[in-house]
Amino acid sequence: MVLEVNDIVTFYGQSLVLDGVSLEVDKGEVVALLGRNGAGKTTTLRSVMGLTPPRSGSIKLLGIEIVGKVPFQVAALGIGYAPDDRRIFPDLTTEENLLLAGHLSKRKNGDWSVERVYNLFPVLRDVRTRKGGFLSGGEQKMLALGRALMTNPALALIDEPSEGLAPLMVAALAKAIREIRDTGVTVFLADQNVRFCRKTADRGYIIEKGTIQYQDAMKNILENEEIVKKYLVV
Amino acid sequence: MSNFIFQALNGLSSAMFLWLVAAGLTVAFGVCGILNVAHGSLYMMGAYFAFTSFQILGLNFWLSLVFALIGAGIIGFLMERFFLRRIYDQPIEFQLILTFAFILVFDNLTKMIWGTMLIIPTMPSLFQGTIPIVGRPFPIYNLFIIFAGIAVALIIWVILNKTWWGMKLRAAASQREMANAIGINIPMLFTAAFVFAALLAAIGGALSTPIRVCDSGVGGAVIIQAFVVTVIGGLGSLKGAFVGALIIGVIGALCTLYVPFIELFVLYLIMAVVLIIRPQGLFGGER
Ligand SMILES: Nc1ncnc2c1ncn2[C@@H]1O[C@H](COP(=O)(O)OP(=O)(O)OP(=O)(O)O)[C@@H](O)[C@H]1O
Ligand SMILES: [Mg+2]
Repeated sequence: MVLEVNDIVTFYGQSLVLDGVSLEVDKGEVVALLGRNGAGKTTTLRSVMGLTPPRSGSIKLLGIEIVGKVPFQVAALGIGYAPDDRRIFPDLTTEENLLLAGHLSKRKNGDWSVERVYNLFPVLRDVRTRKGGFLSGGEQKMLALGRALMTNPALALIDEPSEGLAPLMVAALAKAIREIRDTGVTVFLADQNVRFCRKTADRGYIIEKGTIQYQDAMKNILENEEIVKKYLVV
Repeated sequence: MSNFIFQALNGLSSAMFLWLVAAGLTVAFGVCGILNVAHGSLYMMGAYFAFTSFQILGLNFWLSLVFALIGAGIIGFLMERFFLRRIYDQPIEFQLILTFAFILVFDNLTKMIWGTMLIIPTMPSLFQGTIPIVGRPFPIYNLFIIFAGIAVALIIWVILNKTWWGMKLRAAASQREMANAIGINIPMLFTAAFVFAALLAAIGGALSTPIRVCDSGVGGAVIIQAFVVTVIGGLGSLKGAFVGALIIGVIGALCTLYVPFIELFVLYLIMAVVLIIRPQGLFGGER
């Protein structure tokens, strides 16, 4: 297993958000975390990253317990994180955003390079010298993903990859995520776009009210009308 | 005209002290988000350390500069590591209270160690003398200060724009959490950034000792000028700190020549006008 999350409980201040989430992601899989607004998807990813540490439960990355580790240690152990709101470094150029992540990578054997990210997202090549703060939302989205890959992660956590993208870009992104998986990076993504998840993910978990309600192969989830109606339809 | 040029050059050399203090203030604020009211005290400690090693221990000028940097660096390290670190996530009032407390501590510390006597500076023999500029004798040391200030500006520029460390500072300055999540050891980076800021203040303080007196109140005086500079230039902007220091230094010097006695009035007027026209300062929002 690349990622094993076992019964984590996470709070924001006094409010309980994750009430015992458990899930697993195997090597080479693309796994989607689905659920309505406010279901706890982002919080799950933030818990794994150590940004909002769980109060209890266990999270293992490649068998190593990471609860209690701070985010830069989690990153060093091999998780790349692309947040929903992108968080591009605005004073760094596109290329510097990528280079810095590559420089910080503790997994030097990984083979992600700036050139390879540009091949995956050719639009980024055209804006390589532009400051991150001046990129469009879509460009930032791709840069956030490229930046996560530059850390040469064993596992990429991608929050809302398709949110706010034009349909054409969504299709390109879906293709990119398959490509990323083919390079050996395991992907765990959170998205509300069911169609996008069908194109990208092998397996899905459905989260609601802070716990996992259901899990299955992605195509089974979509064929199960009852489940889709109950947990996903907007 | 020659009066004007001569006095503008004098102003330029005082501008460099303002710049060095404002630069450190800007780094600490821009990266760590700490508004360090005690930053002038780090300047003062730099001055006292340089004075001590030069005049009392008899080290040469350059070694006393190094001595001052090491001393202030250690103080900066202790301040960040044991105090400031605890209040990064607290409201800004906590920063003001804590760093103001440091002013009092440093003021009294200098009184306890060095006494209340005014310290009369001596010029290192290396820099004694003058050179003629527009037909008048201009102190070599002031010229040196101008070069030193510009050199420090260039060094900071290179560090920020051409080194990995500078790239980390720029990343963490605006996206602290994300910087952490791609693998930057934020607590360590912040300690280093604060020490760097302390070193900038200490260079200013140490370089001031041959021409200015050290006294235990200088920290508070210096920080007020530095605030004026950063308000004009834009808090958080190094370019702004540099330009603001030039404006205050040169215009201040020219005022003492042409309109003596209302010099301070003019400087605060400039600040007020900038605040009315551009409340974020000349380069506010840029870095
Ligand atoms: N910083 C915060 N402080 C307090 N509560 C929060 C915070 N962030 C999120 N929450 C709450 O936690 C719950 C889960 O939020 P989370 O962002 O994990 O949901 P999500 O599934 O990612 O939703 P979305 O689809 O809108 O991104 C929500 O009820 C939300 O209001
Ligand atoms: Mg979310």
